[in-house]
Amino acid sequence: MALYTLDAGSVASGIKSRKFSAEEYIHQLLERIEKVEPKVNAFVTVNKEALDQARILDKKIRDGENAGSLAGVAIGVKDNICVQGIKTTCASRMLEGYVPPYDATVVKRLKDAGAIIIGKVNLDEFAMGSTTEFSRHGPTRNPWDIGRVPGGSSGGSAASVAALECAASLGSDTGGSVRCPASFCSAVGLKPTYGLVSRYGLVSYANSLEQIGPVGRTVADVVAVLNAIAGTDERDHTTAENVRPAYSLSERKGLRVGLVKEFLEGVDPAVAKIIHDAVDTLAGQGCKVEQVSLASVQYALASYYTIAMAEASSNLARYDNIRYGFDMTPEGYEWNTYFSKVRSNFGEEVKRRIIVGSYVLSSGYYGKYYLKAQQVRSLLKNELKTLFKHHDVLIGPTMPILPFKIGEKIDDPLKMYLVDIDTVVANLTGVPAMSVPAGFAGGLPVGLQIMADEFQEQMMLDAAYLFESAAKVQRSPEL
Amino acid sequence: METKIGLEIHCQLTGAKSKLFCSCRCDYRGMEPNANTCPTCSGLPGTLPLLNKKAAEFAGMISLALGCRIPEEIAFYRKNYFYPDLPKNFQLTQYNAYGITSIGVDGRLEYGDGKSAGIRRVQLEEDPGRLVYESGSMETSVYTLIDYNRAGVPLVEIVTEPDFSDPKDVRLFLDKITSIMEHLGICDTKLEGSVRCDGNVSVGGGNRVEIKNVSSFADVEKALRYEITRQKTMVSRDIEVKSETRHWDDARKVTKESRTKEEEQDYRYFPEPDIPAVVLGEKFNLFARQSMPELPDARKERFISNYGLSAHVAQVLIDNKEMADFFESAVKTYQSPKEIANWIVTDLMSFVDERQKEDRSLFAGLKIGPEHIADLAKIVDQGVVNRATAKQILSQVVKTGEMPSQVAKRTHAGKIDDAGALSQAIDSVFQAEQAAVQDAKRNPNAANFLLGKVMQATKGRADPKAALEMIQQRLGS
Repeated sequence: MALYTLDAGSVASGIKSRKFSAEEYIHQLLERIEKVEPKVNAFVTVNKEALDQARILDKKIRDGENAGSLAGVAIGVKDNICVQGIKTTCASRMLEGYVPPYDATVVKRLKDAGAIIIGKVNLDEFAMGSTTEFSRHGPTRNPWDIGRVPGGSSGGSAASVAALECAASLGSDTGGSVRCPASFCSAVGLKPTYGLVSRYGLVSYANSLEQIGPVGRTVADVVAVLNAIAGTDERDHTTAENVRPAYSLSERKGLRVGLVKEFLEGVDPAVAKIIHDAVDTLAGQGCKVEQVSLASVQYALASYYTIAMAEASSNLARYDNIRYGFDMTPEGYEWNTYFSKVRSNFGEEVKRRIIVGSYVLSSGYYGKYYLKAQQVRSLLKNELKTLFKHHDVLIGPTMPILPFKIGEKIDDPLKMYLVDIDTVVANLTGVPAMSVPAGFAGGLPVGLQIMADEFQEQMMLDAAYLFESAAKVQRSPEL
Repeated sequence: METKIGLEIHCQLTGAKSKLFCSCRCDYRGMEPNANTCPTCSGLPGTLPLLNKKAAEFAGMISLALGCRIPEEIAFYRKNYFYPDLPKNFQLTQYNAYGITSIGVDGRLEYGDGKSAGIRRVQLEEDPGRLVYESGSMETSVYTLIDYNRAGVPLVEIVTEPDFSDPKDVRLFLDKITSIMEHLGICDTKLEGSVRCDGNVSVGGGNRVEIKNVSSFADVEKALRYEITRQKTMVSRDIEVKSETRHWDDARKVTKESRTKEEEQDYRYFPEPDIPAVVLGEKFNLFARQSMPELPDARKERFISNYGLSAHVAQVLIDNKEMADFFESAVKTYQSPKEIANWIVTDLMSFVDERQKEDRSLFAGLKIGPEHIADLAKIVDQGVVNRATAKQILSQVVKTGEMPSQVAKRTHAGKIDDAGALSQAIDSVFQAEQAAVQDAKRNPNAANFLLGKVMQATKGRADPKAALEMIQQRLGS
């Protein structure tokens, strides 16, 4: 069997037991990347030093040193997460030449666990989008049908995993950006509880909503990566205190599952059918599934986009091309003209969000929009709290529709925003959520979303593992 | 016409050692431009602010010292505007429009003799970087350089109520605030630009004009005076005063309209999501109170009751911590507080020019320490030299650093009290002033005239008491 097809666990144990070397493995992966990239376009930058790093690791192992839980495992990192010495572009012209001088905490932790950063993967510009079409580097394509979108904004993270270009990857999830592409590419993608994983080194889009999360082909791989990256970070005030989790795979019996009624409203019938099948599968495994209602979901999208755009408008203000950025001489412009001129180089979707965000924060509108949006968050939180008293996990479809054609929704922002309806709830409330492959409709993947109460990742992973073991859904397509 | 003046005072918390949200240094002075920066304070993508707890404690102490209430919890807001000295194009500050988040509110500070001013708020925020104009002025520069060394240095902004009407009071108030900062040990007020003050002025209930760019406290007073006169003149001619921001022109000593049109900015304030609200509670209040050193008011009381100083002298001493420390240190060496205080307040200060007082570095360039003044007071007390001689000695000591007692010895400046030397001096005076001697024999009061002549002849070194006795003796014989 080709080494590049191996899951993370098998790679680490194979390399550590010296069944094969990290060098052989990375070499095969690089070949695989070269072969499928013309079709998939998941990578922005391939790490030129990956082979050297593999050799160093091999030597460490030969010398009997501890190689780490992810020894040699190739991991793709979304191009909005800083890796020292490798370009971080956020798929934007504004960061075209930017090379961060430091590692994000998650990257440092992956390296400490022996993982090899195989490259930086594609996204919508500054993680704003649900399709990975809004990228300076061109759209990433869905490995299951290269005429379709892989979802987004972490499209590169999910597509590279599905296309066997890396064992696992990191994405960021602000309103579903890990779970949406995981669902569209038949991968497992997890958004942790807000505060479980450090955001230090993640280029901020909407700070109060987003988390870095792993994507893998199996629940086990996602657990392995999550264990490496999660936990308190003194560089991020918003990480929870004294948390250093160690998640495991366990088959928990008798889970109480709530199927959220509103998540199935207006859903593509083909998607709905697979979700109902998933309910049957879970019931067949001894879960007690009940239909529940989360009424304030109707305000979730409006609240989400208000907060996300408000925060984005301020976060992206720093991109003025003075300290870093692309080559452009500011000569001859007065400040304000200069700022406008430079900042016209953002893509259309980013500009749209900056403008709306500035509007909702402007004086006289703050209370009407931003504060109201924050109230919706409290409302949703309270409603979820009540539901989690009686249910261990809540489920529904990750995406209300199947992966669509590239270009299909790109000119209709509102339609595009609507596809996030089921994912934004977890970001607004901070609870963990993940997408697990649930099946296919007409050859296109459908994901099952599982949510749990805050810091109940283990419960959520147990449900996912139970379902994965029973459903046995295919993970990687022929390419 | 009623004049209303309000102040916004910015003070760098240089005592906090590191910047407000990263571990770069607070003291950037004299460093290569942009050497005192890191990914966080230069606003690199992906960095997050980490709150410097020391700075928050200091801001808490100031708040208490200014009689403010410290809320249960504080938060930071982003003030969004584009300016090249702001690495993130927003400033992290505090904001009270949607609920109190600033570290101090509703204070009051007494100053001068029984005057007081309300403190609206004390807030903690980050200093922007510094723009360096190639030609020295924004108007004529072809290019501008940016130095981010200062970006992120912790600042407290103290906003007063418009409770002042006289610029002289403003000056007294600023001196008090400065002395408080010095006593709290949170700001090195000697450092250039560590304390800055903007003013708001309105007359006769008219529009408010903000005055910026004033570099020294002496100039704050001047700028306010100028602005009040300008506004009153306009009102008397029925011209409406515009609501605007004016800049102080240091060279011409006038306020002038800002060249760049500063429109009513919408700062789009919103809570900083990367710093959760900081719960302070009673514990913080207690902690800040306990860690507070003695404040100027308490010190003044102590000076009066322990050392028997007059209220005026005590006030002058505590207005500058350096002077108060100097005094106490001298008193430790030689216990004659009143004598020492007088020497410092009246005589030593005559060697300190306005510039030094302004820069809060009183003794820069003077080779004098507390031990010198203690020594000086001692030789005066012991009658080794008289006051006039002592003053002359002091004027040498500040230049050379020699001990006053040594100077007295070396120059034989000691009082002439031995009978031989005195009688010699008196002999020559009696010789020269025979008419006066005759006169004095009849009129005892005229002896004083002779004493004056003796003092003149000995350049003031004669011990007047001993000399007078000898004169009277001779007259009587």
